[in-house]
Amino acid sequence: MDAAFVIEKFILVAVIFGVSLLIAMYSTYAERKVAAFLQDRLGPDRAGPFGILQPLADGVKMFMKEEIVPATSNKWLFMVGPGLAMLTACIASAVIPWGSPIAIGDRVIPLQVTDINVGVLYIFGVVSLGVYGVMIGGWASNNKYSLLSAIRAASQNISYEIAMGLSIIALLLMTNTLSLKEIVEQQHGWHWNVLYQPVGFLIFMICAFAETNRAPFDLPECETELIGGYHTEYSSMKLGFYLFAEYINMFISSAVMATLYWGGYNYPGMDYVAAHLGATWAPLIGTGVFFLKIFAFIFFFMWVRWTIPRFRYDQLMNLGWKALIPLAIANIIVTGVVIAIIEKF
Amino acid sequence: MSTQVFYFVATLSILFSLMVIFAKNPIHSVLYLILTFFTFTVHYVLLNAQFLAVVNFIVYMGAIMVLFLFVLMLLNLNKETEPAKSPLVKIAAAIAGGCLIVTLIGSFKAVSISNPLSLKNPGLGLVENLGKELFGPFLLPFELSSLLLLAAMVGAVILAKKDHTEEA
Repeated sequence: MDAAFVIEKFILVAVIFGVSLLIAMYSTYAERKVAAFLQDRLGPDRAGPFGILQPLADGVKMFMKEEIVPATSNKWLFMVGPGLAMLTACIASAVIPWGSPIAIGDRVIPLQVTDINVGVLYIFGVVSLGVYGVMIGGWASNNKYSLLSAIRAASQNISYEIAMGLSIIALLLMTNTLSLKEIVEQQHGWHWNVLYQPVGFLIFMICAFAETNRAPFDLPECETELIGGYHTEYSSMKLGFYLFAEYINMFISSAVMATLYWGGYNYPGMDYVAAHLGATWAPLIGTGVFFLKIFAFIFFFMWVRWTIPRFRYDQLMNLGWKALIPLAIANIIVTGVVIAIIEKF
Repeated sequence: MSTQVFYFVATLSILFSLMVIFAKNPIHSVLYLILTFFTFTVHYVLLNAQFLAVVNFIVYMGAIMVLFLFVLMLLNLNKETEPAKSPLVKIAAAIAGGCLIVTLIGSFKAVSISNPLSLKNPGLGLVENLGKELFGPFLLPFELSSLLLLAAMVGAVILAKKDHTEEA
């Protein structure tokens, strides 16, 4: 392990972390602008031109607010909750391949922090940990609405994880690998997995909405029933961390969907570009394409949020257990049969 | 390097498992249990069993412990709801625990430290090799255990259904 390797990885981690935070910050702005657009309003336009300084103003406001810790809460866990939410949101980005290896001078630098051979399962594990931030925070608040929200979050997370896992199995049957890098490499050009696994992608996407607590699945923070849900008692930057973690989760799950199903950094005509631009600039264009896909997904997340009303709790459970899980199992069987037939003939 | 990491993580495992027992609050117990499982995940990684590590991570830390927490939060246990145990039970527990300690100490004294064991195939824990083992030589036990799980699932569904019709 030479020093250059350590420095290289350190820079990569720092850049990914910074970009995640930046995108999360501007997602809050984009959310309000998209909401305004869909509701025929202007949205934030006071801070800076077109209101682009609004996230900074919001951040300063969050930091400056008085911090209130409820007297009857469990102080230590009350503090751990938002930290855990933030941590689990950030660590998933370690296995996502952000671009094909880039050549700078003589060195070829992979744009992926680590290519572990169980990358897909790692993402899945981090997603399943994500609920602890909500659960611990909700319980430690010692507020019955927060507690109800924590319980809802737990059951929702568990229910949709099953369908999510099953939808990935169908994909893995086709790719024969758990490494995200290899999955992306297989989708070279336009051979994107979504063309072969449309049903799997649909299930995965619905589950991603549920796992990130985004509308129409934002029952843990359902304000008409639970005040603010798990973050009712939170104020100042602790609340900010919870809200921020949601946006980072949205960014990461968009990246995962783009990686698994929409070809990652591959795009039609990439070979032509690679041949003409060389090994330094072509990967950067690939990364740009990848981010375009991510932004499209983030926009889609917002579009859905401001279009579809929140589900009722029984509808949520019915959809998860009686629609998505059987559909995912049927998808696995059909995929398996088709693969067997193709291999036979 | 990896030996030092092992001793560090092993110490943490023991520490957290003790905290599971000594924590007064059941929720804290569960949280320590989650940390214990996390140290187990690290142990699996040290053994180069990446698949087992990540499955332990997903199933135990991510799913089963969430359900534990879920149930404990629903019950909302505290000092008032804790059932008072009779002295007879306490004495019986103390005797049983004492017997266990004596047995454990006796067995530890009998065992000598084993020679370091090296795997023939260090990559055994990787997904590919594990899958080939499970669906090759161990196909029958694997299928039987999956049948067992299926039976448990069907049983759980039937129990849930029965309650439902009685209420209605």
